[in-house]
Amino acid sequence: MTETRDRILFVLAAVCAVLLVVDFYKIFMILPDEANQGAIYRIVYVHVPSIFTGFTGFFVALAASGLYLATGKLKYDAFAAAVTEVSLAFATIVLATGMIWGRIIWGIWWAWDARLTTMLVCWLIYAGYLMLRRAIDEPTQRAKLSAVVSIFGCVDILIVWKSIEWWRTQHPAPVLSIREGGGMGRGMEGPIYWNWLAFMCLAAILVMVRTRQEQRSREIDSLRRMAHSY
Amino acid sequence: MIDARNFTYMFYGFAAAFVILVVYVVSLALRERKLIHEIDRVRRMVEREK
Repeated sequence: MTETRDRILFVLAAVCAVLLVVDFYKIFMILPDEANQGAIYRIVYVHVPSIFTGFTGFFVALAASGLYLATGKLKYDAFAAAVTEVSLAFATIVLATGMIWGRIIWGIWWAWDARLTTMLVCWLIYAGYLMLRRAIDEPTQRAKLSAVVSIFGCVDILIVWKSIEWWRTQHPAPVLSIREGGGMGRGMEGPIYWNWLAFMCLAAILVMVRTRQEQRSREIDSLRRMAHSY
Repeated sequence: MIDARNFTYMFYGFAAAFVILVVYVVSLALRERKLIHEIDRVRRMVEREK
């Protein structure tokens, strides 16, 4: 079992490394600077794949939380916690890279517009999710409340996603062709999706490691209970 | 001058992403070590209680 798991981790790491090397070569050596933004536009190749990875993770966590509420099995709660934590790391990258890009393009680090504010709220909801888990010792109560927060967080994700259509924002309007934006030059959009695939592989590795840690924590809890029962 | 700053901030953007991931991976590794240590300690405690 452990051997199979290690093999999967190795394959995912290899795929991730190859994709990133090929993609970064293309991004830095082949693609030209963007006409209006210059070199800084390349941040989009980390910013957008990170948010796609983060949001995918949050929806996977939502599904796992739903499964926990339906079945009561704590393994789904452990998986949801692992996925949420990894997704939050990618959401942090989104906020950091967005601010750095904004400093050059807008001349400011932050604007309280609908997209940025809802994204910050999303980050705070999931950071709150992890803090809540640390604050509650009883596993069933912790799992139930965490599942509710996870469902609540996904509502905000939908608002984040649609915010640039619903309101006029400082954040750019949709540029990707999948959102009918069509604002990127020929060949510039492809590396975004390949990077997303690479980040998904990386996220899968981190989730597998983190899930095993959750299993170990549960094992420690049950061993402690066993020790106290003697 | 603007181009140089533009390029520098692009570097900051990629560096920030890399640093966030590295910090997270290091925190995972430290947690893993702590858990392994803790599981050994609790197992020994259970053995003693038996």
